Amino acid sequence: MGSGLWTLIIQRLLMGLGLLLAVSVLIFAGTQILPGDVAASILGQSATPEALANLRSDLGLDQPAWKRYFSWLGGLLQGDLGTALSNGKDISASLGKRLGNTLFLAFWAALMSVPLAILLGLLAVRYRGRWPDKLISGITLTSISLPEFFIGYLLIYFIAVKTQWLPSVSTVYEGMAFADRLKAIALPAITLTMVVLAHMMRMTRAAILNVMQSAYVETAELKGLSAFEVIRKHAFPNVIAPIVNVVMLNLAFLVVGVVVVEVIFVYPGMGQYLVDHVAKRDVPVVQACGLVFAGVYILLNMVADIVALLSNPRLRHPK
Amino acid sequence: MSKELHSLGRLVAAGKLSRRDFLGRAAALGVAAPFATAILSQTAHAADEPVRGGTLKVAADGGESTNTLDPALTASLVPQLNSRAFGDTLFEVSATGEIQYRLATEMSSDETAKVWTAKIRQGVKFHDGSTMTADDVVATMQRHSGEDSKSGALGIMKGIESVTADGESVVFTMNEANADLPFLLSDYHLVIQPNGGLDNPAAGIGTGPYKLVSDEPGVRHVWERFDGDWDGANRGYADTIEIVVINDGTARLAALQSGQVHMISRVEPKVIDLVKRLPNVQVQNVAGRGHYVFIMHCDTAPFDNNDLRLALKYAIDREEMVEKILKGLGSVGNDMPINASYPLFSDEIEQRTYDPVKAAEHFKKSGHTGPVVLRVADGAFPGAVDAAQLFQASAKKCGIDLEIKREPNDGYWSEVWNKQPFCASYWGGRPVQDQMYTTAYLSSADWNDTRFLREDFDALIESARTELDDAKRKEIYKEAGLMVRDEGGLICPMFNEFVDATNSAVGGYVSDPNGALMNSYALSKCWVKA
Repeated sequence: MGSGLWTLIIQRLLMGLGLLLAVSVLIFAGTQILPGDVAASILGQSATPEALANLRSDLGLDQPAWKRYFSWLGGLLQGDLGTALSNGKDISASLGKRLGNTLFLAFWAALMSVPLAILLGLLAVRYRGRWPDKLISGITLTSISLPEFFIGYLLIYFIAVKTQWLPSVSTVYEGMAFADRLKAIALPAITLTMVVLAHMMRMTRAAILNVMQSAYVETAELKGLSAFEVIRKHAFPNVIAPIVNVVMLNLAFLVVGVVVVEVIFVYPGMGQYLVDHVAKRDVPVVQACGLVFAGVYILLNMVADIVALLSNPRLRHPK
Repeated sequence: MSKELHSLGRLVAAGKLSRRDFLGRAAALGVAAPFATAILSQTAHAADEPVRGGTLKVAADGGESTNTLDPALTASLVPQLNSRAFGDTLFEVSATGEIQYRLATEMSSDETAKVWTAKIRQGVKFHDGSTMTADDVVATMQRHSGEDSKSGALGIMKGIESVTADGESVVFTMNEANADLPFLLSDYHLVIQPNGGLDNPAAGIGTGPYKLVSDEPGVRHVWERFDGDWDGANRGYADTIEIVVINDGTARLAALQSGQVHMISRVEPKVIDLVKRLPNVQVQNVAGRGHYVFIMHCDTAPFDNNDLRLALKYAIDREEMVEKILKGLGSVGNDMPINASYPLFSDEIEQRTYDPVKAAEHFKKSGHTGPVVLRVADGAFPGAVDAAQLFQASAKKCGIDLEIKREPNDGYWSEVWNKQPFCASYWGGRPVQDQMYTTAYLSSADWNDTRFLREDFDALIESARTELDDAKRKEIYKEAGLMVRDEGGLICPMFNEFVDATNSAVGGYVSDPNGALMNSYALSKCWVKA
């Protein structure tokens, strides 16, 4: 591993940070142009003009926008996300808990789905065009075509209501035993697995099939390796980059895109937290969530980039 | 009268009188069906012995991660359940519409109904161990009425000039007489907190049956029994109560079906027939004072023309709305915010019905041409968009072209409601007529969402406040109701019912027309059967 590689990685990291800063500006600008204001949304239909005016000045909404941006950014750099306007709770603390929950669910969903997707992809290639390939593609494409809330409701109906094997409410809380926690998230994790499986499986299959057409695979076959050995030794290392790419995209989805699943299973993750605060125009929380989501996306894409650099030396020498 | 009803209720409980006969006898005594039903379920349940212990769990809608335990900011069901768990108000309105003394033991007024003296219950402990005093009550009232208050009860408190402590009593001096002050003070925002909650409004410390264990807004709230509860003999049966926030209707129902919770709020009308067939699940519906409305600004063209308003009122098919939007779980409205669930309701006011001929006549007389724009969002009330489309179809038959403009849920209450001249909305209702009219129909009301600016109407409502003769008050309210019905900007097609569901492990559930989940008291008044 030469120093050139390190330079490239550090470059990627710096680019990621720059991107994050740019995103922070966008997020801030975006939250400023939302219609309505926090005060009216907090008080809802029960708002009286007096109560509104009082709340508004309390929340510092009378300050100019640029001033609020820089004080927000300043706080951010010191790890202080501020307090939620709507309920006065410390954002770092509540967000931390929610992020922890989201990552917990995403981790277990990923642990189930990624190996399963790759294994199924490999199997599909191995039995290409025969019934196992068709069966795997059929099932995974069906599950990705169904909307996630539908899969969720089906699972709730059969596994929670009819047989009562697993709970339909996935509320997790502090002090909950680890085994209970796993049991609680089982249904949403299965739902998410079914949602992301097809994408990764198809990508694995396509990437490997692509490589299988190449001359060096033919050579490997000619020197007498078994079909699975060919895939494992020669094809797979060459398809790591595209697979990691699609895996990372799906991991990012598991973190930032699961609000529907959270609502159905009443899982206290980031998605629901963000949606509630958007509805209440609780700008500091929305900004913090936006930034965390952007950070997750940028980080995962960076990992995919770096893995690609590591696995494919050609990428290290751009023309 | 109510004594007689209660004894009749016991007969039903003992199986000596049928439910139908009971309602008939109640009607003979001049009691509206919802109240009679409430009494019935009260006495019928009295036969069950409460069971202490266990954990009682409810899944409720109307909770967000933005919620706080500060009772001043309560605006939806879950915060209301929380407030009721940890705190008490001076008065409660019972299921039968009577005032019950809670943290106040007596209430008396001078002859003008302007100066009221409430005697404060002695020996009541807060969860932090301190004893509640008249000063705490005064501080609470001041926090809700201060210049910089964000309280939802600010509108009520504006009618009160001063609140002072006098030994064990608290003296309320009103700006103007109000015979309904105890009802106003039963408002769910006015939970008595130590030092009025000035130190830490969201601490969740009060005099209620349960003290805080875990507060995760938008997820769940856990409370455990407070051993020093002053009314511990009559409530707080479960050791622990848990409020799980489930805003999705299907998920809520699944949680009840799979036994993860004991009761749920708001069963959606469209699945009600399926739910009724479920084993071990009991649908609990009660006629309330909440209503779904279409509101017109009486001071904005073209709605400043009463003929146009009347045309639209005649152009809506109320029966169809109750049947299709509420699936029969409700009753028709009469273009005023009052129904038979209110005390002093006059049943002599004629019910307005769908009348295409009259609608066309009034529309012609109004001289209006072109479409009338109605703004609506899904969140205005459950089924609001469908209701607007039914309205559009029935109006079309009268020759009125109603144009529906769909608005996003997001921002509806800040951008559309009370801003646009014609839109869909809902009201939760209030315990007494005066409070309903004061909140939304007086010229001075902040939430006068029909812009009903009538000095003669204001004077009428004010005269009812000082009138202590109920027969005369009833007469005044009849006149006021007619005024809103015939000249106001309110199109009220229906009153909705509160529809909760419980499973068979729940004991002590009583219908309460004041609000969902026994007016949010279900967790402290129900128990888990052994």
